[in-house]
Amino acid sequence: MARSDVQLMLDVKAGDEQSFALLLQRYRSPLVNFLYRMVRNREQAEDLAQEVFIRVYRARADYVPSAKFTTWLFRIATNLALNSLRDTRHQRMELSLDAPVKADAEDGDERTLDVADKHPDIEQHLVEEARKAMIRHAIEKLPEKQRAAVLLHKYQELDYGEIAKILSCSESALKSLLFRAYETLRVELAPLVARG
Amino acid sequence: MSCSRMEKQMMPFVDGRLKISEQREVEAHLAACAACRLRVNEFRAVSGLLDELPQIEPSGAFDARVRARVAAEPVKQNWWAVFAPSPRAAFAASMLLLATIWIGSRPPTDHSPNVAVNPANIDPNDLPVLENYDILANFEPLTDLPQPVQGDDSDAVDGNQSM
Repeated sequence: MARSDVQLMLDVKAGDEQSFALLLQRYRSPLVNFLYRMVRNREQAEDLAQEVFIRVYRARADYVPSAKFTTWLFRIATNLALNSLRDTRHQRMELSLDAPVKADAEDGDERTLDVADKHPDIEQHLVEEARKAMIRHAIEKLPEKQRAAVLLHKYQELDYGEIAKILSCSESALKSLLFRAYETLRVELAPLVARG
Repeated sequence: MSCSRMEKQMMPFVDGRLKISEQREVEAHLAACAACRLRVNEFRAVSGLLDELPQIEPSGAFDARVRARVAAEPVKQNWWAVFAPSPRAAFAASMLLLATIWIGSRPPTDHSPNVAVNPANIDPNDLPVLENYDILANFEPLTDLPQPVQGDDSDAVDGNQSM
């Protein structure tokens, strides 16, 4: 039977490095995905995810299982992402003013939309890429806290209580936050929503 | 239920995370409110669109980088563990501490060289050295010893004194 996150963390606290490797294995992908969708830069997302794991490791001696491990983990990740976004806001504004319209693929490569190719498969591929780019762009346009709420709710499937703790707000405030976020997404993605 | 109250219930309803009583309440409102019904359907559509984004995989070097950083972390020790590698240092520190406490606990004695002494205030009982001098001067066996040789310096002193 697989050990729980809390048990693994307690084993790390007791000096078992192998348990840390298991936690790394368990959460590397969810963390990198969450951070990538927060900061929209793969390299930066991986750097931040590494930092999350290092902070968890450094805190092992003082770890007390007072909350769910995922709450603690994603709280660290969210704070790092929000700080990083705040620190690079000026830089990103400059980039967005000068950047051409691009559809960045999930693999991190950015491709321009105006590639002309009459081949139907490639055309279909481009349509799909444009659709994904539109969804990503709509998420990216959300205010940072709303974005974090949507990502934690949609992709990490955390419950409302956990997400509220991660974002340091009440459950009621979180539900309002999610409502506003989905309302914005509904408007931004109206062409796709209407098409179904 | 009002449309404004629906705002907080809408996402939990779409997620299916409402209690049965709350869910029935929302369903009753949706049956009567076309605007909220439309919004719920569109929220479901948005949620479906978000599912279309694929996951990314961390790069191959990710784990190795984390492990390298973990390996570079200093080993955390408690305060007393500082002395663990060196019992001698611990013993020396303990002795130093005891010596400091012992010196600190002794009654203060005044050895200040700059204090002016008034001869009138000197108690004769406080002069054991002079007492010893008297005893030695009158100590009979010492009278048999030859007199010390007087040097030139003493002559000079005598000369000076006679002047």
